[in-house]
Amino acid sequence: MTAPTIPTTDDLGGPPDPVTGSPARGLASRVLGRFGSGTVQVVLVLVALFWLVPVLGLLFSSLRSETDNADSGWWTLLTAPAQLTLHNYSDLLANSAILQSFGNTLLITVPATVLVVVISSLAAYALAWIEFPGRDWLTIGVVALLVLPIQVALIPIAKLYGGLGVFGSITGVVLFHVAFGLPFAIFLLRNFFSGIPQDLLEAARMDGARELTVFRKVVLPIGLPAIASLAIFQFLWVWNDLLVALVFADADSAPITVALQTQLRQFGSNVDLLSTGSFLSMLVPLVVFFAFQRFFVQGVLAGSTK
Amino acid sequence: MTVGPAGTTEATPDRRDDLAAARGPQAAKSSRRKRTPGWLALLFLLPALVLLGVYLVYPVVYSVVRSMFDSDGNRFVGLNNYGEAFTDPSTRTALKNNLIWVLVAPTVVTVFGLLFAVLTERIRWAVAFRMVLFMPMAISLFASGVIFRLVYQEDPELGVANAAAVTVHDAFAAPSHYPGVRLRDGQGTVVGDGDYLTAKTYRPGDVVNLPLVGMQATALPPGASGAITPGGGSTALRGAAWLDVALLHGHPNAIDKVEKGAPGLTVQAVKDGAVVATTTTGADGTFSFPDLAPGDYRVQLPGSNFAAPFRGLTWLGPGLVTPVIISCWIWIMTGFAMTFIAAGLAAIPRDALEAARVDGGTEWQVFRKVTVPLIGPVLLVVFVTLVINVLKIFELVYVIAPGASQASANVLALQMWQVSFGAGGGDQGLGSAIGVILFLLVLPAMLFNIRRFRRERR
Repeated sequence: MTAPTIPTTDDLGGPPDPVTGSPARGLASRVLGRFGSGTVQVVLVLVALFWLVPVLGLLFSSLRSETDNADSGWWTLLTAPAQLTLHNYSDLLANSAILQSFGNTLLITVPATVLVVVISSLAAYALAWIEFPGRDWLTIGVVALLVLPIQVALIPIAKLYGGLGVFGSITGVVLFHVAFGLPFAIFLLRNFFSGIPQDLLEAARMDGARELTVFRKVVLPIGLPAIASLAIFQFLWVWNDLLVALVFADADSAPITVALQTQLRQFGSNVDLLSTGSFLSMLVPLVVFFAFQRFFVQGVLAGSTK
Repeated sequence: MTVGPAGTTEATPDRRDDLAAARGPQAAKSSRRKRTPGWLALLFLLPALVLLGVYLVYPVVYSVVRSMFDSDGNRFVGLNNYGEAFTDPSTRTALKNNLIWVLVAPTVVTVFGLLFAVLTERIRWAVAFRMVLFMPMAISLFASGVIFRLVYQEDPELGVANAAAVTVHDAFAAPSHYPGVRLRDGQGTVVGDGDYLTAKTYRPGDVVNLPLVGMQATALPPGASGAITPGGGSTALRGAAWLDVALLHGHPNAIDKVEKGAPGLTVQAVKDGAVVATTTTGADGTFSFPDLAPGDYRVQLPGSNFAAPFRGLTWLGPGLVTPVIISCWIWIMTGFAMTFIAAGLAAIPRDALEAARVDGGTEWQVFRKVTVPLIGPVLLVVFVTLVINVLKIFELVYVIAPGASQASANVLALQMWQVSFGAGGGDQGLGSAIGVILFLLVLPAMLFNIRRFRRERR
């Protein structure tokens, strides 16, 4: 069973057969021919270093003491490994405010992801497989909302939350994330669902299955890869958010990004805390990224407009 | 390759009716059950519709209305807030910066993406390379901001950007060991670019004393040895430059026992205002011009000997902060563009390329005439996506720009937040107006998406 709506190319892999015997295929091989494959490889290694070194800088800074960070560059760790210490990490994990903010990040991210998956898959199924008047216009409405800037909603929703008394609550932050995750989620799933072979659905319907059963027994299992893409994307998006929480969370509901940004003012003297906190906050996304890279890439490719 | 057509959906009702008709009354009955659930669709859609309505549609309307009221929301002011947005200096800076962002950043990222996608097509470790470049997409913008604040720290001892800049600079222009050092008063005059020229003139065979002051003996370059006066009997113009500390019983302008020579200084012989010979002092501070024609010379120590060392650039200062933040965004988004374009390249039918080659096209022609037109739509989608992303940029500026230069790095999304929620802000009329301006800026992209969507459904 293939899904025509999600790119099924090799994603990060590129063409399956990297070095075939046939000469002079593709622009790359021509470039390789002219400059020598060695030159291109060296250039690409340098580029990769450009991408890696900044992250290494953060990691190394987090593994050095406050005084070392104030006195010398993080790269001196390579020649003076005695600087290596986990002190920053133990300090940070002993800080109850930081721990609470990590907990808040989880409390915000998990419900916001689950809710988006549930609500959007229901809506996407209706848009893909149930006939009703105005369906096309509704779908186009979802496409239009894909690019709506969050900034437009900040003031109106802040006002609304103020009136309802949910300003500063985790619920408020979660619902905002769910709503702004929906256009992308519905769009992605609708495209995937409508690519499901019609015969499969018809067969289920002939058996007298109700729509909800068709949805549960046929569409959901088939749509699992797309749902996985969506869940990962939404998870990362909410986990990494700063702006929404900056506006709608208070001190008790602040996620890690908001808790850390208060330290930015004295950046120089807070390098140990900021680098350690940032690296810890990156760990979950990085694990998710490396573990589910395929789905992540598919999500990005399918929902280019986010 | 991006978002496939949904043609199957369109065909659904007709085929269903055909099926129903073919199967007679029994099938028609079940078909009616299938055709009725308009209310069921509503049930499936209800939670999404409520959330989209409350959080996305209503705010647009509210913002447009609110933008025409004053900061308290009590007085109707028409379009005054928009007028203020275009005259208020900080909002204008934000608009100007957004323009720079839109003009520069998406183009650079698209070009990089295409370049790396093509270059990695035939590389064995393409997967690893693409993974490395794609990784920043998973990291929060906040963490990326912290990463680049570290990279661009001003002290070259701390920030890797300036450390690299200083290393490269010093590789081409050797650093001076004598910053701030000067010739002892009365021994010479400063001319031109801080060059020291001796007051007296000398002839070949004379010995020149160049007593230096203004540094600690411990700061001398390693290897500096005890200063000596060059011996007589030579016909060369020669002398010694040394650190004339003149401690306790020492004598100014004379070489004492404890004093050390100043090695590595550039010394020039000047005749009639023109440099005729150049040499460098040795470990004991001595120098000599052996082959001078007879005549009167002055000796000069070029100012470069005493230049302050290069310390790199003030990356996070008002002048460079926007390019620096753009560089961080490029670091984040290039992987996205590359992955997207690589998927597009992989989808190009090999036949088309082979046919063009068989017809005798060079690789460059094939690239321009076949690949680019085929990949063009993908590039456009990438570009539009990047433009939308750029317009909403907030976190990077908020995190990377230090307080002092944040005003220079301002962008609309940040300005909107500052005006509405930031310290000293609270003008939700102006904030709403900026929000609406942002909305208007992404409107073309919205229409682009709708058109693309409708075309692909056909």
